[in-house]
Amino acid sequence: MSDALIEAVGVTRHYKLAKGRTVRALDGVDLTIGRGATMGLVGESGSGKSTLGRTLVGLQAPTSGEVRWEGANTAATEGARLTALRRQRQIVFQDPSGALNPRMTIGDTIVEHLRVQGWSRVEARRQASKALEQSGLSSAYLSSYPHEVSGGQRQRAVIARAISTDPAFIVADEPVSALDVSTRAQIMNLLRDLQRMRGLTMLFISHDLSVVAHMCRDVAVMYLGRIVELAPRAALFNTPLHPYTAALMSAIPVPDPVRERSRARTVLEGEPPDPAAIPSGCRFHTRCPSATDLCRQVDPETRLLGVDHQVACHHPLEHARL
Amino acid sequence: MTSLLEVENLSVAFGAMRAVDGVSFKVEQGETLGLVGESGCGKTTIALALMRLLRDAALDGSARLDGADLVAIDEKAMRALRGAKIAMIFQDPGTSLHPMIRVGDQIVEALRAHLDMTKDEARRRAVDLFRKVGIAAPEHRLRAFPHEMSGGMCQRVMIAMAIACSPRLLLADEPTTALDVTVQAQILELLRDVTREAGMSVVLITHDLGVVAGMADRVAVMYAGLIVETAPTETLFAAPLHPYTRGLLRSIPPLDRGWDEPMPTILGSVGSAFGAVGCRFAPRCSLATDACAVAPKLERIAKGHFVSCWNAK
Repeated sequence: MSDALIEAVGVTRHYKLAKGRTVRALDGVDLTIGRGATMGLVGESGSGKSTLGRTLVGLQAPTSGEVRWEGANTAATEGARLTALRRQRQIVFQDPSGALNPRMTIGDTIVEHLRVQGWSRVEARRQASKALEQSGLSSAYLSSYPHEVSGGQRQRAVIARAISTDPAFIVADEPVSALDVSTRAQIMNLLRDLQRMRGLTMLFISHDLSVVAHMCRDVAVMYLGRIVELAPRAALFNTPLHPYTAALMSAIPVPDPVRERSRARTVLEGEPPDPAAIPSGCRFHTRCPSATDLCRQVDPETRLLGVDHQVACHHPLEHARL
Repeated sequence: MTSLLEVENLSVAFGAMRAVDGVSFKVEQGETLGLVGESGCGKTTIALALMRLLRDAALDGSARLDGADLVAIDEKAMRALRGAKIAMIFQDPGTSLHPMIRVGDQIVEALRAHLDMTKDEARRRAVDLFRKVGIAAPEHRLRAFPHEMSGGMCQRVMIAMAIACSPRLLLADEPTTALDVTVQAQILELLRDVTREAGMSVVLITHDLGVVAGMADRVAVMYAGLIVETAPTETLFAAPLHPYTRGLLRSIPPLDRGWDEPMPTILGSVGSAFGAVGCRFAPRCSLATDACAVAPKLERIAKGHFVSCWNAK
């Protein structure tokens, strides 16, 4: 992509456990997100999606590989340029209650965030109320404590903090998972509006494919530390190539009793393996309905099928051409 | 034919707060009733009230299970029913099992509390149950502690325990919410199989309308402590009448559309709808009129379809 804003190049992130065991949370991730793009990231718990998000915004350093911002390795950025880079990359967390200090007002939380990034007190206050208003909360909420507002409003406050530094890139890590259905739609619309209004580049992480599908043009599917498939939304949903993606979609309950009861469904056996003991060969072969000896031995490379459909599978699914 | 469970005008109050404010519903033999609504609407409170697990709550109304009124009977009688006639599985399997007791001992204890069994008999029955809920190497797994098992596996243990004494009614409170989708699909399939095979009735509590669509025969929608609509599952999804039900259904992002359109939303939040005069949904309802200052009653619209809304006629 010519205009890549942020890229992960061969990124790994390992965590050492006791007894010499290592969790390979990210195990060779390549991901390019173009300026102004909305990339969805789905996968089950333990797939590494949050670790990837945190690594992209710089909350964690990769064990190996590079995170590049506008083509330059972020690990080599220092001084004032690093401060600027921090402002540019922000994150919205899943649980708005845990993401806000319960003993600080919403205003103080945002102002502190801005002060750390170099704003003066006066500018920070102005910037905070502007961000709150753009997030759908009046500046009256500056003096509210997190417990005084609803879950949806708390998430608006967390979003306000993230946009207060005028970032170019936002990682939204399960931003609506802790919210009720009706509030969820409001927050999704807010993120969508902010993305458009500000031309934000966004990585939207969720375990819920339907939420991701609604928010993003492109969707990447993670399994045990790798991206196994990446494609534009429609291609991924209509013609998934990786058996895992297909199974994931078939596992989502459809809110339509007639379709839900009649559709064919592949129920995957077993559960995602322990990320400290990733299977040999293709990491999905232990649960894959079409695994062969090749899959047990050789880890498939990511390859490009068609114009923009990437998949890491020896036996991608075939779809009848229409 | 009488229903297995008949709840009439059930209220649950915690001090001045009426978390459940006069709900009535029935569950037939072998039927699965989906109880849906957002957090705080009272769905879990109903289940806990039916299990009589609420210590500081004032219960009112009646709930007849197979002749016994769960609201009125004394604790001793309730103990005999729990597990044997009515059982419950919870959202978070990790915290519902005792962390320091092997899962096998927990299930053996439950079996022996209700059935006249020796330790060996109970252990054999536990092995059978584990096999039934799809736990591989059950003899070995009986010796495991909860932390040695995954969330999906713990939920299988919970299900095994809940069905151990073949209860007539199973209350399943968000049984798959804490699980990954692929595991959720397995657990739902398991629940469907074991309850169908035993002809067990189920009250399935969930906020996920997709889960309800696949599992429930009938659905009751709750809002702020009240049931606002109830209908056979297909009717509810095809022709919802209450504006809240419609809003809920519309706020599910469809897999095949999106991106270009904003999500339809329900304005505002539940807020202080509890105990409000008039229709509790009115402040958020686009159809609200002067009539809504008076609380509507749940009225029959068609066979099995009840709704409490002045405008849903």
